[in-house]
Amino acid sequence: MATFVFLYFAAVIVMAASLVVVLRNPIYSALSLLVMFFHVAGLYVTLHAEFLAAIQIIVYAGAILVLYLFVVMLLNVKREEQFNQQGPVALFLGVVLLTEAVLLAVSRGFTVGTPEPGREGSAVGNTESIGEILYSTYLFPFEIASLILLVAMIGAVILSKKGIMESK
Amino acid sequence: MSVPVEFYMVLSGLVFVIGLVGVLVRKNLIIILLSIELMLNATNINFVAFSSHFGNLSGQVFVFFALTVAAAEVAVGLAIIIALYRHHASINVDDFRLLKW
Repeated sequence: MATFVFLYFAAVIVMAASLVVVLRNPIYSALSLLVMFFHVAGLYVTLHAEFLAAIQIIVYAGAILVLYLFVVMLLNVKREEQFNQQGPVALFLGVVLLTEAVLLAVSRGFTVGTPEPGREGSAVGNTESIGEILYSTYLFPFEIASLILLVAMIGAVILSKKGIMESK
Repeated sequence: MSVPVEFYMVLSGLVFVIGLVGVLVRKNLIIILLSIELMLNATNINFVAFSSHFGNLSGQVFVFFALTVAAAEVAVGLAIIIALYRHHASINVDDFRLLKW
């Protein structure tokens, strides 16, 4: 049963991801990415990561994708020829990388390690325990993340505001 | 019976390669940024799968940080796209051949 659920989510994720790359219209690409985000969130739920599933929908689907759609509609780009001439090189690189990854995952010599006894399948992922580990072990990276967000905000304002640099 | 973690690795590799091909193949800057989102999501799937497999929450915290970086990247990237569009009236990557203009 769990395998069927996984296969459904995986199939939809791969198809939506392919559509993001293949589709000609950027708006359709963004909407296809929205479908993919929702199914990734579903995959997180099956992995007992409910907090991340909620964050995935709120931040990715709710904030980031709206920003993309806003810019797509703001720029109103004409339809143009979509693929580079380096397509064969890219496909070759992709096939090689994928073969390598799949071989690594399914080869006999590779083991992912066994979980500690008693912790396997334990219901990790509730918000409370994530909050505890985030504010104790990962407190310093958490502060760095807030700094990154501040820098990104200032950078976005400076880059997109007209004439803010030469206004002396 | 739960899904083996190898399945998640294969799925993650597939999505990552699709994103990589998208970055290399497409000309539209917005689609390139969307493909980068695909690659970030592929790594996130891997993180969560292994976090669940080992019963260790650190993987999920790292997904949280990757999400923060993705949000910052989107904000700055879209600002750069808007600035480029203002200069060139285009977001086709083939039109940008000079670092300085």
